[in-house]
Amino acid sequence: MSTVYHDTKIENAKVELDNVGVTYGSKTAVSGVALRIPDRSVTAFIGPSGCGKSTVLRTINRMNDTIDIARVSGSVKIDGEEINSKSVDPVVLRARVGMVFQKPNPFPKSIYDNVAYGPRIHGLASGKAELDAIVETSLKKAGLWNEVADRLDQPGTSLSGGQQQRLVIARAIAVSPEVILMDEPCSALDPIATAKIEELIDELRENYCIIIVTHSMAQAARVSQMTAFFHLGDLVEYGPTEAIFTNPRDQRTQDYITGRFG
Amino acid sequence: MNTNTQTHTVKSFGEELDRLSDDVARMGGLVETLVSDCLQAVMRRDGELADSVIERDRQVDQMERDIEKRVIRLFALRQPMATDLRMTIAAYRISHELERVGDLAKNIARRCRVLNESEPHEMTRSVERMGRLVISQMHEVLNAFSAGSLDDAHSAMKTDDEIDEIYNSLFRELLTYMMEDARTISPSTQMLFVAKNLERIGDHNTNIAEMVHYVLTGEDWRRDRSMSDPDRES
Amino acid sequence: MTSADRQSAVQKRLLKRYRDEARFRAFGIAAIVFALAMLALLIGSIGSQAISAFTVNELTLRVELDAERVDPAGDRSPDSLRRGSYNGVLQDALRAEFPTVTEREDLRDLFGLYTPLVAARLLNQVADNPDLVGQTIDFTFPISDHADLYLKGQITGRESEVLAGGFTISRADGRATIISEAGVFAAVRDAVRADLDLRADAIEARAERYETRSEAAGDAARSEQSSQDAEAARQQAAALRALTRDDGGDLELTPQLPSRLVRIAGGFVSVDAISADGRSVSGRILVDGDADTAASAEVLTLSVPQADRRFSDAQIAWTEALQARGNVSEGFNTWLFTNADSREPELAGVLGAMIGTVLTIAVTMALAMPIGVFTAIYLEEFAPKNRLTDLIEVNINNLAAVPSIVFGLLGLAVFINTFGLPRSAPLVGGMVLALMTLPTIIISARAALKAVPPSIREAALGVGASKTQTVFHHVLPLSAPGILTGSIIGMAQAMGETAPLLMIGMVAFIADVPSLSLDGLTEPATVMPVQIFLWSDGAERAFEARTAAAIIVLLGLMITFNALAVFLRRRFETRW
Repeated sequence: MSTVYHDTKIENAKVELDNVGVTYGSKTAVSGVALRIPDRSVTAFIGPSGCGKSTVLRTINRMNDTIDIARVSGSVKIDGEEINSKSVDPVVLRARVGMVFQKPNPFPKSIYDNVAYGPRIHGLASGKAELDAIVETSLKKAGLWNEVADRLDQPGTSLSGGQQQRLVIARAIAVSPEVILMDEPCSALDPIATAKIEELIDELRENYCIIIVTHSMAQAARVSQMTAFFHLGDLVEYGPTEAIFTNPRDQRTQDYITGRFG
Repeated sequence: MNTNTQTHTVKSFGEELDRLSDDVARMGGLVETLVSDCLQAVMRRDGELADSVIERDRQVDQMERDIEKRVIRLFALRQPMATDLRMTIAAYRISHELERVGDLAKNIARRCRVLNESEPHEMTRSVERMGRLVISQMHEVLNAFSAGSLDDAHSAMKTDDEIDEIYNSLFRELLTYMMEDARTISPSTQMLFVAKNLERIGDHNTNIAEMVHYVLTGEDWRRDRSMSDPDRES
Repeated sequence: MTSADRQSAVQKRLLKRYRDEARFRAFGIAAIVFALAMLALLIGSIGSQAISAFTVNELTLRVELDAERVDPAGDRSPDSLRRGSYNGVLQDALRAEFPTVTEREDLRDLFGLYTPLVAARLLNQVADNPDLVGQTIDFTFPISDHADLYLKGQITGRESEVLAGGFTISRADGRATIISEAGVFAAVRDAVRADLDLRADAIEARAERYETRSEAAGDAARSEQSSQDAEAARQQAAALRALTRDDGGDLELTPQLPSRLVRIAGGFVSVDAISADGRSVSGRILVDGDADTAASAEVLTLSVPQADRRFSDAQIAWTEALQARGNVSEGFNTWLFTNADSREPELAGVLGAMIGTVLTIAVTMALAMPIGVFTAIYLEEFAPKNRLTDLIEVNINNLAAVPSIVFGLLGLAVFINTFGLPRSAPLVGGMVLALMTLPTIIISARAALKAVPPSIREAALGVGASKTQTVFHHVLPLSAPGILTGSIIGMAQAMGETAPLLMIGMVAFIADVPSLSLDGLTEPATVMPVQIFLWSDGAERAFEARTAAAIIVLLGLMITFNALAVFLRRRFETRW
């Protein structure tokens, strides 16, 4: 791999990736990825389809474990703790690292149950009142409380796409994660719903380390503070979003960002 | 100026960017002739040429408005990024600078009329030399923009210091003239204005060179210049 | 190509495209119409056959429960009551209806109007209520299958003609001669002659066939045989023709001719001779009348000759008489649903088979559903994808295509011979059917699990649910309707299965209703499709209708089952 343009000034990284590689069977999806992702900020992963950005994202909560043929190498640390070690239970890890997916995927249950599911299985609430409080704060943080407060018993799938995505974010928040991974969270939404989610992401930034994979460069530019550009399974460039979007160092980043990909 | 080797995926976007850069180059060419013509008019005491310069400046203003429209359109419809973004911003600012240069050329042409009413000034030769330098600097800058040449831009910036020195010595000389012979105060003042305008043109050229530097490197010349050696490799 | 050319080319192509589409739609509609027509035909033919089995003619007799006969020990104890002669009581009741019947053979015919098995019902009734002993009660029971069929018009065509004009009856030695001064029997005589002619024609036609065959036959022996047959037939026909000649003598009615019964003065006479002048008929008294003269007589013509049916003229006369006296009533055939199988069609019912089916399917469901669903869950969600699981998957798919009788053989070899489980038992039947249904359930359950969008799994894993929690909290509930549908289809398939059950002895004749309990699982039983199979083979004509009726019941059971499945599906779907 050639030089990676790195802004190395990040101290106290929340998530550290070092020489991370993922293979699916005999196919190498990504290799040699090294990143230091700051806390309380939004980091965007951009790149053309199949560049491995989602794969890298999924190493952070070990979602790749669920794919039989996927093999992860290298080191992924959260707060300095190696998460690929045997002593870390992926179930516990996923409570610390929430995830929001491309398509809004609320459970076909009530809005309340959607949010309460995580706290319930992790035993985070000792009683009904406490659970109610968690549900309420989560929905409030996700900016959805005012819209659904009077119909918590209705199915989550009855909400609009944007509301569903915010419900999914509330569900992720409910287990008090430290890191929230978002895999193209707005690709199925209209611009207004997208704007609401982006505003929400901006608010959540104050309390969480957010990593977002997006196909929309404009979105990456709007919501993120740091941007990493991936190409053909390599991390090409990583740095402050402003620098990436005005003055990318690598020709590939340049070509991708200006829309000149051949 | 085309800073990218690959063509744009959206062809019409690429074409728009190319046209913008062409327009700026054409405007530069026009302004360059204006500057050289106004200088010629002063030197040859050619009133008609001066009038034509004043007339052609309107064209420059029109071109600036066209470029501005084009830039606004690009921002609204294409959201240019990275080099495209820098190129668009630079085109906007360069057109503005060129428009200012056009105005200054017009000013010089106006001075020509007043100068024609008096005896030919002894300092005309020195002013002409300064003018030639400014024109060559301008040529260099426009070249730098069209060809994407960083060296030309930097050399143009260095020329500016030379121009400033010439201006300073001209200023002192003209001042001496005026003190020696009170009758030359009026033409000398006009000459001083011409020199001042040429010096301003040099400054604008420098600004354009800085924009070219920004387009090519993505870095702000002024900030970098204050922080470190302008010739550092990036 | 100009724009106009292109336009017309497109237009031409467009027409063809529309025609193709219209043709395809027409084919589709035709296929559906054809299928519906076939279904209507099937249901119609089965239904029309079955309809007569859903009604039954019941005979009500005044039965005197003579204490000496039904309670030989005289202590009203169940033991003593069970030793009583209830059949005798019933026979007495019938004899009381027809006191003139005394001949042993006639009595046998008379008692043929009911099945001795109904005596057991009477016994049970008395045993349940010993106070009845000594009383005279009205006892209702299904009339014999032949009588039932006769009353439903399925034994013989029956035409009735009322003749008027004053008749006198003279009786002697069990025979009666009915004389009509007006000669009204001439019409009957002519009809009989016409019958004789028809018969002679038929026999002559047969003779001709023999002759042609004799000519066509290659070897001499066969040709000789056929020509002898032809000669015999010719003679037979000539004899019949001779009968029709008006020679002034009586016209004799043989049992080979359609019977004529005359109902007169409350009695029945079966005509065996008609005078040539049509003034008198004579014949055997079947039911004694109560007068010597009558104003009118009714002639019943039974189109099927007595020799060709198993229900004699006498029995017909008794049945008619009982019906005229109001002892016979037609009603809904409750016996069909309250009795188990029986050799006697009028007592045979499907209850035993229904309970057998319920028990068998319960066992099948209890085994196949959990095993199948959990296998599917393991294979789909947990099992690593390797050669072993691939092999298992291929084998499961292959098992679904194995003929069901093979599972029956397996059941016979393993469950009965190796494990020593009882034969004919719903337990074994259910186990065999469970084996047969498992592949279906596994395949459909896997398909249903696969159909759950991966986003749901990811969502659950994303909030930190374990694999098991993901499956049981989210994937399984979402796929439940699909799993349920697949399982119900498997169950319905099992419910209609006969072949494997034949192998494990569930094809036996079981006259007792199995108990609907855990004990019932090991009692011999049969199931609906096997019952249908058995009845379709039954010797008695009345079983034909019952077979159709049982098919209808089975179809009803299946529709109920499927309706239940749809209902459950809907419920689950609205819940989730």
